Amino acid sequence: MSGAHDEHGHHHREPESVLSLRVRALESLLIEKKLVSSEAVDRIVGAYEQDIGPHNGAKVVARAWVDPAYRQRLLADGTAAIEELGFGGVDLQVVENTPGVHNLVVCTLCSCYPHALIGLPPVWYKSFEYRSRAVREPRVVLREFGVDLPESVEIRIWDSSAELRYLVLPQRPPGTERLSEAALAELVTRDAMIGVAVVPAPAAR
Amino acid sequence: MNGIHDMGGMHGFGRVEREKDEPVFHAAWEGRVFGLTRAYRHLFNIDESRHAIERMAPIDYLGSSYYERWLDGNVRLLVEKGVITREELERRMAQIAGGSDPAPPHSDPKLLERMLRATRERPHYRQPGPPPRFATGVRVLTRNDAPVGHTRLPRYARGKHGVIDRVHGSYIFPDTNAHGQGQQPHALYSVRFDAAELWGGSAEPCAPVHLDLWERYLKPAAPARSTS
Repeated sequence: MSGAHDEHGHHHREPESVLSLRVRALESLLIEKKLVSSEAVDRIVGAYEQDIGPHNGAKVVARAWVDPAYRQRLLADGTAAIEELGFGGVDLQVVENTPGVHNLVVCTLCSCYPHALIGLPPVWYKSFEYRSRAVREPRVVLREFGVDLPESVEIRIWDSSAELRYLVLPQRPPGTERLSEAALAELVTRDAMIGVAVVPAPAAR
Repeated sequence: MNGIHDMGGMHGFGRVEREKDEPVFHAAWEGRVFGLTRAYRHLFNIDESRHAIERMAPIDYLGSSYYERWLDGNVRLLVEKGVITREELERRMAQIAGGSDPAPPHSDPKLLERMLRATRERPHYRQPGPPPRFATGVRVLTRNDAPVGHTRLPRYARGKHGVIDRVHGSYIFPDTNAHGQGQQPHALYSVRFDAAELWGGSAEPCAPVHLDLWERYLKPAAPARSTS
């Protein structure tokens, strides 16, 4: 396929310099028409680069691990339960991993993702490879991520086709009974909340 | 529409490649595209935005990065809505390349406050509508239309049997909202499909797929003959 490539292997139809110039020109036109404020764009970019990220979702998971009543509320109404911890901006459905069920989140039509809670998705989540294959061969995809589940474990795939966003509540790893809620949150990864990883026991890290 | 964006189940794509220590944005312009899109989301709705990206020529869609597709969709919509023209954008690119920007970034506290207020508002996709026709556990059949416009029923799940897993409530209907035909909110369900129903003999064992589907995508189905 023709087109430019950057150092990350992304495909671009046009060189970075042209893309950068077009975006700059677009912003300039919208400023001129008093439709956007550059400072507002700065703030939005800054928020996603600094404040909003997987660490927010990890706090939700850790709370659910230590507080069974919160876990129940989270599974019944994720949107309301994350608001208890000060997070919002998303209609959230939380799906729970158990010894017999593993959940996997994808968006085959675009790249829907609970970014108000766990930040922007990684490039692989938005890739054609993941979007096309996660629904059809989830076990093969999971093995590529290093998660090899026996056939006795049901894999539930959640294709985010509407305005609800999905978050996986991973299983709490064994050997973490003495850890504090904050220490547990440290163990939780972005990939575990998407469902392409399990949370490893601390000794295995 | 039977678009290139509708990728669920396609063959031909390889391993999912991961990047170590991936930054939030890979270039400054990606962040600007993201921030701009959030900042002017009052100009068009989410369904119009998605459909603008879906209308890219397939070869361009496949050849572009994620934020390149966003940029293409944004420009397409801004032009269609009469906010900017393509000539205006080309001219502005030439001006900036030549060293002069007629509207460089500047401080506008009133506009900033208005925009930040708008970004803090939670989008209200859930809107009152008629009561749901289907209850949890009911077997349904998805429609097998090939609509020319925007839809959120993926191709791989057309004409398939599923079971209502959850009744979500009434939500804005993307198929009309993307085309200026109103929000037409109605019942949205989580529908569970057995892997074998979707992929036949090549299905993996015990790997059901759940989709969030609007009632207008669904028809009642006869109860299943077996318990497979």
